[in-house]
Amino acid sequence: MIDSLYLAWQYIRFNKFKTIILVASITLIAVLPLSLEILLAESERQLLSRAESTPLLIGTKGSALDLAMNSLYFDDEVPELLTMAAADRVYDTDLALPIPLYVRFQTRGHPIVGTTFDYFDFRKLKIAKGQPLTILGDCVLGAKVASELGLGPSDSLVSSPENLFDLAGVYPLKMQVVGVLEPNHSADDLAVFVDIKTAWVIQGLGHGHEDVTRTRDSTVVLKRSEGNVAANAKLFHYTEITEENLDGFHFHGDTSIYPVTAVIAVPHDEKSGTLLRGRYLESEDAQQIILPAEVIDGLLQNIFRIRNVLDAVIALVGLATVLVILLVFALSLRLRQREIQTIFKLGCRKAMIGRMLLAEILIILLVSGVLCSAVLGVVDVNAEELVRRLFVG
Amino acid sequence: MINISNLHFHYPGSEFQLAVPEFSVAAGEKVAVVGPSGSGKTTLLNLLAGILTPRQGQIHVGAVAVSDLGDAGRRDFRISTVGFVFQDFELLDYLSILDNILHPYRITGALKLTGDVRQRAFRLAEQMGISGHLKKTPGELSQGEKQRAAICRALLPNPSLILADEATGNLDPTNKTRILDLLFERVAEHDATLVAVTHDHELLPRFDRVVDFQTFQSGEDS
Repeated sequence: MIDSLYLAWQYIRFNKFKTIILVASITLIAVLPLSLEILLAESERQLLSRAESTPLLIGTKGSALDLAMNSLYFDDEVPELLTMAAADRVYDTDLALPIPLYVRFQTRGHPIVGTTFDYFDFRKLKIAKGQPLTILGDCVLGAKVASELGLGPSDSLVSSPENLFDLAGVYPLKMQVVGVLEPNHSADDLAVFVDIKTAWVIQGLGHGHEDVTRTRDSTVVLKRSEGNVAANAKLFHYTEITEENLDGFHFHGDTSIYPVTAVIAVPHDEKSGTLLRGRYLESEDAQQIILPAEVIDGLLQNIFRIRNVLDAVIALVGLATVLVILLVFALSLRLRQREIQTIFKLGCRKAMIGRMLLAEILIILLVSGVLCSAVLGVVDVNAEELVRRLFVG
Repeated sequence: MINISNLHFHYPGSEFQLAVPEFSVAAGEKVAVVGPSGSGKTTLLNLLAGILTPRQGQIHVGAVAVSDLGDAGRRDFRISTVGFVFQDFELLDYLSILDNILHPYRITGALKLTGDVRQRAFRLAEQMGISGHLKKTPGELSQGEKQRAAICRALLPNPSLILADEATGNLDPTNKTRILDLLFERVAEHDATLVAVTHDHELLPRFDRVVDFQTFQSGEDS
């Protein structure tokens, strides 16, 4: 067999280009479906683990998928808004801990997540550099955001306007980076976290401006009465929250009517969770409570249905390629009739000729196998990152 | 060494007919076969080597009835007895000249590729004047150099029957004499028998006997 392998290797070496094309074709046939399998398994793991670690999610009735995708993966598709009263409602039941989320705004392509301290404890997010959120206007960066933008504590970040053409829209807010989170290999790595009140400031619901009672510019004041001063648009609004102007920031009205995109409800126990879900069964209720794992599982079922179609397409392409490779072998044998005849004339048995051809196929399959394993190894090692880029964002 | 009687052969679907009523070659004899193209000289060599099988008649080489052997037996016979220099060399493009010379040792278990065999291959290549080309492939060699490589391959196993089909056809006069000297030397050294097809009438006086294929088929030996 050593002689067969030697002769086969010499043939393969001599016919480099034919061999490279064959090896590439075989490798591609094997790598495509197997890589897809690895990536889909990883995406399933990532999507489900995030969903399974989020017990209950409350939002306005509508698309449960939008609600889950926005709340779990900070997708930019914003669900119907609900108010902060939804969190108070959960709190009042004493069945679960409410964690409000306001995921609506972005900064330099990354979502701004307005939430409370409880979110960091709930997701077990730890500060790697700097400190946690302290005052209004502070932000903490996910690990990936920090490395991608090259930012760290003491740097600043400006929120992006929602709509470039809406002059009356939200003013950009300059936020102070106070900390960077440890990577936790989830959507949290790609988010910028602020206190929920900072998110409201970004929206303009809370604002800071110069003290109208002390302004010397008489053209700013429209009307002054006891305990109340009305000012016009000329009044200077702060676009950055600093220790000096922090006291000038305030919220008008009751914050319970301020918007949130969702409320994560963390039940005290399983029974509490069941009871809480029961509270949202009324058809007139404007809010819905969802089990994120169920929603994501439904999404995955759809993905798997698409995968079955994709698998069938790949199988057909693979079959066609295998047939072409067989044709190449068959034609190659015809072209090599003279060579085979020479070997036969020298006294070679047919079995030996068969062994030589088999050795060539074995070497080609072996090289393809090694190449395929190497590619799959690379895909496997980078699957987590690839999936986050391809599916999670 | 060789005894042929009442030999008949034809290729399927061809009008060509080869008929040899009687033909014999003594052991150690050097026989030249001449004749016009298409007269069946190469076919005769192929029949002697067991590459082709006759429809009728007997071929004996030494004690072996070649015409009675099956496929496997004929292949074993070729490996053990025959050194064939093919008309168009039949070297494999993808093997180096050295690997081509050693090829018979790699394709059959009957011949063992030892260090001694390699040494003999180097010596033979040196005698043939191609020792500087052993790492090259046939595509890098001239026709004459390929011819000499093919002769090396045929002679390396020290066969008792050497069949040469236009072995000197592509050689210049100097190399022609040199190669023929070497072939004859080998024949004498190993008490081998040489049957050589040639069109070169200048070489004929060096053979023990010349067979003219035009008269040969009717049973006349010249």
